[in-house]
Formats: sequence, structure tokens, C-alpha cells
Amino acid sequence: MNQQDKIREELALIENWDPAIPLIEIEDMRKAFGDHEVLKGFNLKLFDKENLVIVGKSGSGKSVLLKCIVQLESMDSGMLKVLGQDIAELDHEKLDRIRANVGFLFQGSALYDSMTVRENLQFPLRRHPERRRGDEESSLILDALKSVGLVDAIDLMPSELSGGMKRRIALARTLILRPKIILYDEPTSGLDPITSKEIIELILEIQQEYGTASLIITHDMDCARVISNRMIILVNGINYAEGTYHELLNSKDSNIRAFFKGA
Amino acid sequence: MPNKSIYFSGLMNYFEETGKVTLFAIRFFKEAFKPPYEWKELIRQCYLIGYQSLVLVAITGFIMGLVLDLQTRPTMIEFGAESYMPSMIGISIVREIGPVITALICAGKIGSGIGAELGSMRVTEQIDAMEVSGTNPFKFLVVTRIWATTLMLPILVIMADAVGLFGSWIVENLKGDVTFALFFNQVFNNIEFGDLIPSTIKSFFFGFAIGLIGCYKGYYTSKGTAGVGAAANTAVVVASLLLFVFDLIAVLITDIFYEI
Repeated sequence: MNQQDKIREELALIENWDPAIPLIEIEDMRKAFGDHEVLKGFNLKLFDKENLVIVGKSGSGKSVLLKCIVQLESMDSGMLKVLGQDIAELDHEKLDRIRANVGFLFQGSALYDSMTVRENLQFPLRRHPERRRGDEESSLILDALKSVGLVDAIDLMPSELSGGMKRRIALARTLILRPKIILYDEPTSGLDPITSKEIIELILEIQQEYGTASLIITHDMDCARVISNRMIILVNGINYAEGTYHELLNSKDSNIRAFFKGA
Repeated sequence: MPNKSIYFSGLMNYFEETGKVTLFAIRFFKEAFKPPYEWKELIRQCYLIGYQSLVLVAITGFIMGLVLDLQTRPTMIEFGAESYMPSMIGISIVREIGPVITALICAGKIGSGIGAELGSMRVTEQIDAMEVSGTNPFKFLVVTRIWATTLMLPILVIMADAVGLFGSWIVENLKGDVTFALFFNQVFNNIEFGDLIPSTIKSFFFGFAIGLIGCYKGYYTSKGTAGVGAAANTAVVVASLLLFVFDLIAVLITDIFYEI
């Protein structure tokens, strides 16, 4: 079997993923920076087409967790499987193929500021030609921009976009590879309430249109309420509590209630 | 009096940093010859690094030629060696002054530019964004820039040499009534392959050093915007220092082969 056939087979397997098997599975994840242990045995399972929200205070290790999932940081110990693969064991080539199935929306959008919006979207697509699935590059770019409602911005530079527009374009760039999972790092942070609401609605629309599973890190409880199917509260590097928004809202635990104050 | 451990940790940091730069260079060689190639970005970088430095390098080269002639002329006249001016200037510029001054100017302009650009991409998570989309930022950002500096610097050096010689001729013409043909005839009669080839070869190494250090400092920037400034600054300082080390090695090697 040649490389192209192998990639096609992998894509087919991911597209017809068994819903009973978690897309991401984490067991006893530990991560420390020097003497400071950020994650102290974190566990997680993300299933197909699910919206899982993780809330926690600043510095509780939420972003570190996302970075470990895509191997921007390596965990110290524990088990991490993404799309059934033990991600820490993969070589660069295989890791890149897994990463193409996992979109990542950065808190600061992270658009390539020397490229236009079109080039931002072209960049990952040209380096993963197998993910075009026979479609024209330009039509895929227009589809992704249509999904986020910003077709007119195609020839603008990132410096000409507002914060909310940047977030949308970053989401379009994530969608261009048609990932199975999207990781959102504080998708509404730094945005005004109206734009935040628009981004939340957009995330829901995209999930329905593209059938993705989402792992959302936030401390915006409004965002968690609207988006989540399930929530994990991260305290001191462990899963402090887990359940639906309403289950957690009705909890008597003072630590959990603290998260909902003002929501 | 400073504690011994301060010297020790400074020494350890130096060795650690040298090791990291070496690993970075090894990674460059591994990725540089492995497909897929980023041709479009390489050409763009050659344009930015080479073409956009032409004016600066030309002005510097021209002034370098003028000053060198003006400074050495009185002494040469004193020794009755005025007629040796073109050959002396030619050899000085081609062998040493042209490559070193051009490389230092480029270390300032290009090295700091690369350090700041990659540094700001690092702190704004653009490099992370490339990595998580399953693309290879090292190949796109680092390999293309190091290739571009390595290929463009010799061209800039040759141009600076030419413009520098032209500047010298203007002084010779104004002060000594030397014609263009006479000046350049003398220059080329006295320049040998032993002058030209080593200086061109060392220009490739100078370009490599500028690209390598600029990319290394930028690629591993941390500590936010302050880190970007530090990356740009240290890229220039370390690259300039490395240029002199490479120059010394080049001169020693040339000395063996050509018996200067």
C-alpha cells in the first residue's frame, strides 16, 4: 500500500468514526513546570460530535492541557490518545497527519500577519493536498469564509480586521482542513458581549454544519451554558467536578458554585 | 568579589547555547535537502533579503571605497607609492573590507529583521498555529531564510566590492587624474583567483551565520515583546561576533593554501 492509499484509508476511518470510541482520551495526565505541578492526574474523554467545555480559574492549566493534546507541550506522564493514536509515541510525519484532523483556535487568533486572509487559508491547504478531497482550492476557501460570514474579507490583511473578524477568520482557517475535532482556547476572551455572542452562535453553527467534536476551554460561563453538552471543572490540576451545565449549576459544593456566581 | 558559581553557570550557559545553535544548524541541514521545498517562499526571501538590501549595501560600499582611498592616499604619497593605490585598494576591498563590512551591515539589517519577525511570530503564537495545522514551520520559516541569506550575501558582497572600487576611482580621478581604464586595469591585474575565491566562499559562510543566528534567536523567543527586542538585539551581536570568528578561520585556511 503506498503512502497516498494509507492516508486515504486513515481519512476514511476517521470520517466513519465509531461513536462509542472517544476521539480524545486522557488518563492521569501530569505536567509540571519546574517545581510547579499544573496538571496532577487529569482525565478526559471526548466523544464524536460532542461539545465538552472545561472551566477553571486563570493559571489552572487549561491552556497547557490543550497544548499537550496537540503536542505543543509534552506531558510528563499519563496516557493521551487522539483519534485512537498514542500521540506521544508518533513520529513527526504521523503526528502532522493527526494534527490536520485536530483544529486549534488560538486565544489571540494567531493569523499569519504577513499574509492576506486568502493566503492564511491557502497555507494549511497547500501543505495537505489530500484534504482537498478533489475540490478546487478556491471553492474550499470560499466555503470556509462563507461559513464564518466573511467572504468580503478575502483579500484583506489581518491588520485590517477587528478582533471579532480575526477570530472568525482563524476559525475559517481551522475549518479549511475539515478537522474531526476543534480545540477552542478561550474563544470569547477579549471580545465585547455582542461579538462574544456571535462567536458562540458561530461555534454551534459550525458544529452542526461540519459535524465536529469540540473541546472548549473558557472561563466565560455564558459561553459554557450555551455551548456545552458536558462540562468539566478543573481545580488544582484535577477534574474537580463533571456533568451538564445544569447539574453543576445546582450543585451544593461551594467551589463549584463559585464558578457560577455572576453567570 | 563575584562567586565562582556565577562564572561556572555563565560558562555552562555558553556551552548550552552553543549546543542548541549546533543542533539548530543540524536540523537545518536535515530539512534543507528534504522535499517538499518551499520555492515560492525562498524566492520571496531572496527578494526581501537580497534585492531590498541593494541600496544600503551600495551606499555603504561607495562610502567605504571613498574613505579607504582618502585615508590611505597621504601615506602612500609619503612613501612614493601613489601608483600602487589601485592595486592596494583593490586587494583590500576584495579580500577583506568588502565581505566583512557588507556582512556586518547585513547582520544589522537582515539578522535583526529575521530575529524580530520570527520572534514576534513566536510570541503571537503564529508559529504554534503552523505547527498544530500539521505543517512544518521550520521548513517554511527557517530553511528558506537561511538559504536566502547564504545565497544572497555573496551577491551583495560582489556588488559592494564593485561600488567600493568605483568610489575609490572617483577619489583617484579627482586627486590624481587617474582614468577609469587605468584604475581598473591596475586593479584587475593585481587581483588573483587566490583573492577572489576565498572571499566569495567566506561570504557564503557569513550569510549562513547571519541567517542561522537570526532564525535561532527569533524561533526560540520567549518572554513576550521584551523577548522580541532581545532576540533582534542578540541576533545582531552574536552574528557579528560569529562573522569575525568565521573571518579568522577563513584567513587561516587561505593562508595555508595560498601562502599570503
